[in-house]
Amino acid sequence: MTGRKLLRGVAIVGAGMSKFGAFPEKNSRDLFVEAFKDMSRSVDKGFDPKQIESFFLGNFSSDLFEHQGHTAPLLGDAVGLTPIPSARVENACASGATAIRQGVMAIASGLYDVVLVGGAEKMTNLPTSEVTDTLATAADVPFEIAAGFTFPGFYAAMATAYMDKHGMKPEHLMNVAIKNHENGALNPNAQFGTTIPKWMEGRIASAVKKGKPVPAWSDIWDFLHDDAANPMVAWPLRLFDCSPITDGASALLLVAEDRAKEFSNAPLHILASTQTSDVALHNRADLTSLSAAKLAASQAYEMAGVTAQDIRIAEVHDCFTIAEVIASEDIGFFAPGEGFKAAEDGVTARLGAKPINTSGGLKSKGHPVGASGVAQVFEVWKQMRTEAGERQVPGDVPLAMTHNVGATGSTCVVHILERRD
Amino acid sequence: MTESTSDRPFTANSFNQYLLEGKLMASRCMDCGDLGLPPRAVCPECHGTKMEWIETKGRGKLAGFTVVYIALTFMIEQGYGRDKPYISGIVELEEGVKISTRILGVDPLKPEDIHIGTPLEISIINIGEEKKAYLAFKAIR
Repeated sequence: MTGRKLLRGVAIVGAGMSKFGAFPEKNSRDLFVEAFKDMSRSVDKGFDPKQIESFFLGNFSSDLFEHQGHTAPLLGDAVGLTPIPSARVENACASGATAIRQGVMAIASGLYDVVLVGGAEKMTNLPTSEVTDTLATAADVPFEIAAGFTFPGFYAAMATAYMDKHGMKPEHLMNVAIKNHENGALNPNAQFGTTIPKWMEGRIASAVKKGKPVPAWSDIWDFLHDDAANPMVAWPLRLFDCSPITDGASALLLVAEDRAKEFSNAPLHILASTQTSDVALHNRADLTSLSAAKLAASQAYEMAGVTAQDIRIAEVHDCFTIAEVIASEDIGFFAPGEGFKAAEDGVTARLGAKPINTSGGLKSKGHPVGASGVAQVFEVWKQMRTEAGERQVPGDVPLAMTHNVGATGSTCVVHILERRD
Repeated sequence: MTESTSDRPFTANSFNQYLLEGKLMASRCMDCGDLGLPPRAVCPECHGTKMEWIETKGRGKLAGFTVVYIALTFMIEQGYGRDKPYISGIVELEEGVKISTRILGVDPLKPEDIHIGTPLEISIINIGEEKKAYLAFKAIR
């Protein structure tokens, strides 16, 4: 596949998302309508929904989460898109970015000029055990799930292999959680709008107010090591190492490159859109890296004609803290075994040299599975157009990357985006 | 490897049937010799379709593991969960292939003492009146 190019360029001219969180009163359709309206407001020169020629929706499992199938025409109809073609795209947690890629290819083929891409997931209807079961369907059920593996468990197993190979300790992973909660606290759409220190203070204040025993945490590290405050999910991963269960939706408007300026003053041009697949985790030679992600990233750099040094910011798939460490190495920001040190040293912080997950990532922003890959692009859209408010990174952001992973890396999708004013 | 047959289809059902019989069976491509675990009907190396079943020795070492506290429903139904965590892991067999498995014979409450590379041997778990079998490996003392 190396050396292949799109037949014509594709640009993003609008991006929107719903607030992410737990919304008992809303289904995925309601959330998608919010994302669509937010996207519509972001198109600088406006557009008529009747211009949309096709719709691709990233959604993992509305069937099990909401007992609702055939989701694409339903959500499309909610924003008045019938009778244009609509299709749901399912690739586990990479459903969103896979849907983007379908939209890119549909435009590049010449079939359409204007395509809507959405992502949506409604997860909080189910109790935690059923969410765990539903997410587990993204694995090889007869062979991996029969062994008792959960998704936190898979990434925990990668963490044990990584710790053995590179000398990392579970404490190092907490740097990723602390950093992503700092970023998420500056993101009005994030599920968790608070830093970990503020979270700890809130727990203490709540205990005082209720007249309960006041926890004697000396600092956030003490708090993060407390089995009651930060319980083990799958050793060595604790609650704060895991992305939450989230409801949310996101939307992008894609157009043929030569029409971008009809819609936008500062469109994002898609320099690369790559996708790879891989065998189940237990069939891989190396458990400390996602080979599908390394390949998708290297293909993306080749397709875009840029290097990792050129990328100013990246939104990567931090479903778990260890996943961000591995991702930061797989996309070439750091050498193998260096990712956890970069997080510890603040290199990946919002004000660091290589900011990762300025949105708060899946960890703090939330992870409505099918919406996440599309919401990653929403964040770089905001940052690249200097519209990210309090969490805006300093300096110009001409080039950015998104990295969206399905399951344990059985799917990986990478996009490289360039702003053209 | 003690057995070589091709009289059962190369499916998850056959794999589980062999587990009930106390055997961890892999597929081997009769064209290129590639070993498949889980078993495969089509060889991912040469795309050959002539396969035979091979019984593994059931010995290997630990490649990665976790102690699961937030469990799947079927494990909760077996009594596991927050108060009784269990270990899932990946074993690398002497034959060079890996597979997901339950891990026994080490203390889930002392994960710091569990080491990558720990030698393991097969110890299939049989549960229930319908005799369902789950793959497990235990640490060799």
